[in-house]
Amino acid sequence: MAYVPLADQDSEMEMHHPHSWVTKYVWSQDHKVIAIQYGGLAIAVGVVALVLSLLMRMQLGFPETFDLIDPSSYYQSVTMHGMIMVVYMLTALLLGGFGNYLIPLMCGARDMVFPFLNMLSVWVYALSVIILMASFFVDGGPTGGGWTLYPPQTAMAGTPGHDMGIVLMLLSLAVFIVAFTMGGLNYVTTILQYRCRGLTMMRLPLTVWGIFIATILGLFAFPALLVSAIMMLFDMLLGTSFFMPAVIESGTPLDHNGGSPILFQHLFWFFGHPEVYIVALPAFGLVSDVLSTHARKNIFGYRMMVWAIIAIGGLSFIVWAHHMYVSGMNPYFGFFFATTTLIIAVPTALKVYNWVLTLWEGDIRLNAPMYFAIGFIFTFIHGGLTGLFLGNVVIDLPLSDTYFVVAHFHMVMGVSPVLVIFAALYHWYPKVTGRMFHEGMAKAHFWCTFLGTYAIYLPMHYLGFLGVPRRYYAMGSTDFIPETAQDLNVTITYAALFVGAAQLLFFINIFWSLRNGEKSGPNPWGSASLEWQTPDTPPVHGNWGDELPTVYRWAYDYSVPGAHEDFIPQNVPESVEPTADEQHFDPSHDTSKADV
Amino acid sequence: MSLYKQLTDKPWERKGILGGLNPEGAFESPPERVALGFFLVIASVIFSLLGVSYVIRMSLPDWEPLADPSQLWLNTGLLFISSVLFQWARNTAKAGKQKNLITAFVGGGVFALLFIMGQMLTWDSLQEAGYLVTSNPANSFFYLLTGLHIAHLLGGLWVWSKASIRLLSGSKPEDMSLSIELCTLYWHFLLIIWLVMFAILSNT
Ligand code: HEM
Ligand SMILES: [Cu+2]
Repeated sequence: MAYVPLADQDSEMEMHHPHSWVTKYVWSQDHKVIAIQYGGLAIAVGVVALVLSLLMRMQLGFPETFDLIDPSSYYQSVTMHGMIMVVYMLTALLLGGFGNYLIPLMCGARDMVFPFLNMLSVWVYALSVIILMASFFVDGGPTGGGWTLYPPQTAMAGTPGHDMGIVLMLLSLAVFIVAFTMGGLNYVTTILQYRCRGLTMMRLPLTVWGIFIATILGLFAFPALLVSAIMMLFDMLLGTSFFMPAVIESGTPLDHNGGSPILFQHLFWFFGHPEVYIVALPAFGLVSDVLSTHARKNIFGYRMMVWAIIAIGGLSFIVWAHHMYVSGMNPYFGFFFATTTLIIAVPTALKVYNWVLTLWEGDIRLNAPMYFAIGFIFTFIHGGLTGLFLGNVVIDLPLSDTYFVVAHFHMVMGVSPVLVIFAALYHWYPKVTGRMFHEGMAKAHFWCTFLGTYAIYLPMHYLGFLGVPRRYYAMGSTDFIPETAQDLNVTITYAALFVGAAQLLFFINIFWSLRNGEKSGPNPWGSASLEWQTPDTPPVHGNWGDELPTVYRWAYDYSVPGAHEDFIPQNVPESVEPTADEQHFDPSHDTSKADV
Repeated sequence: MSLYKQLTDKPWERKGILGGLNPEGAFESPPERVALGFFLVIASVIFSLLGVSYVIRMSLPDWEPLADPSQLWLNTGLLFISSVLFQWARNTAKAGKQKNLITAFVGGGVFALLFIMGQMLTWDSLQEAGYLVTSNPANSFFYLLTGLHIAHLLGGLWVWSKASIRLLSGSKPEDMSLSIELCTLYWHFLLIIWLVMFAILSNT
């Protein structure tokens, strides 16, 4: 019998071919359309969260001048901004968006293993977004308890959105988790079972490794959030006392008794810390591939990069309580978690060294995706170093709940993944659309974003040293904070408005280039991994035409001595001397050298 | 190839088609079974986290042990029979036989439905006896855990109902073999979860 690859043994494949506009673009089961739906919706909610943050900055920069928000809506903005950015934007965009687009292409598969489940996943995600957005319109508005949702505070009358807002938030999270689980099962199964012939695990691009391990983290960490959301819903709707202690609200004791708020914190951070790596690992993977391609060098220490991803994934489950040093838990716990926290920094640092060493003596092509990728190395080192400070209990105690923490996590999980996302969006834009973006505009976008975000977050470290607490609507007058702190706040607000406005460059660029961009050809960057070797660009339904690709080598054969071009695609047999034609590399579209 | 060997492979040294027909590292297993394997781990994480929460909450002063309703033994029996019937269906299908396949498979689901009804009756009688979901944390956990367990069963029953329709409309045992096997696996898993849960609930 002729060889039929695993992914093609399924005769159902034929049935998924879309027949009408609706099945092609709305109820589509094609991973590429689903990826764009996931990504588009994630970016759209991200813009909502961005606007909320600008409202907060106006308040902080000019407390008396503008009357845009009152204290309640400030807390609601903080909460919604944080939760949307972490869960509904970053997680959905990196795994739902990039995961969906790249996994089947990089694995040489025609689609995900369960296309129908994949379609359900994106629509259930849309439902969770609708529920979340609905909380803006209910009585009392969205919850204002902070993205950590700590009880009992979230449930008390003093907190905005303590009735409907928090219920909708918890419900939306539960729905999101269902969507994520459906998608996640697809991603891991596809990566394990639908790789094309010859594509061993160790030949996968690091993007796939990052997404793979991040998805496993998500599948095992989100249950903690689900469990805590369900228990909290019980507390709020049925009056149980899982988390709610005996409390007195404006003089009247509530019905709750004896619950443990600390239990909630443990559950939340058992999800919360892996969550930061659910966001970070795909970004690590994507940036590795962008760096390697544009440096025309194989990624330095591929195996170590894979091991580091796995090690980080494992360790990220045993560091959660470093978010709880001030919760009053047993000091020996603090000792244990400080140790594991410092240990996890080792594989993380190793990855950073390897990125830098990948650049070392590379034939670097400084085009826009590379700008963003190199920018990421800066911001990630920066945020990682402040993490080491916070990981130590004695240093954390005074810094906890100050702007130093805000600066840390924005550098490390705000700016860094966002820079990678932009790098990746620009890098894969030619494959998704078949057009090049406007290089100059993209570089302008980079400088505004990179310098602008530094102007925002660097000063926040100093505010943190001064003891400025986070999540405060207004400081009033205090003895320990000098008045000059307000000058910094004004500067930060200007920078934030600037960065917010600069994102228009991105949107204008991607929409303008859809029609006006130069045709990119199938492989404008001269990339070796499989997704650039599709017969059509953009890839059509089924991705590979009649025959699935066969893989003969790893994804990083760049600058190979003696090779015809400076790279050899994964699907070129070792016996064939590569020719320009086979590599789909069109030098006339190689804009990358333009301004070196 | 062993996991260790795979992870220490030097991909830049070895060229060519590795791993024969299917790529190295893929399980010799249909994707549905792999996905179900992952799902069972996820479900175990959910129930373990609830278990840990239970133990932590138990150590707080307002805890009162659960009054252990004897109906639960009856329900356990129903779920056990359900699992046995599924196993019977699986063995029949694996042997490629038709005889009794429908009885066993459909019967398995019916007994699961009876289990769910039994659990609901237990809820009723507990509430009549004054053990409400808010009465004390042990009761809250009881309703929560049994409820989640039922939710998992309902998910399984949805798949079971689709498979049953296929079976009743004359699908061959060979074609049904995988569905039946996966249902059986899932049912055994939920039986084990229930037994552990029952043991904890009735002993604390
Ligand atoms: C070198 C590695 C890192 C170390 C040692 C570290 C350490 C810490 C510590 C100790 C805190 C708690 C601070 C406090 O609340 O007082 C913290 C907060 C935080 N970290 Fe990291 N971190 C590291 C990397 C990361 C990464 C890679 C991300 C995300 C991609 C991240 C995201 C966050 C977030 C979101 C918070 C704040 C959560 C909140 O309270 O709202 N961290 N980090
Ligand atoms: Cu953490």
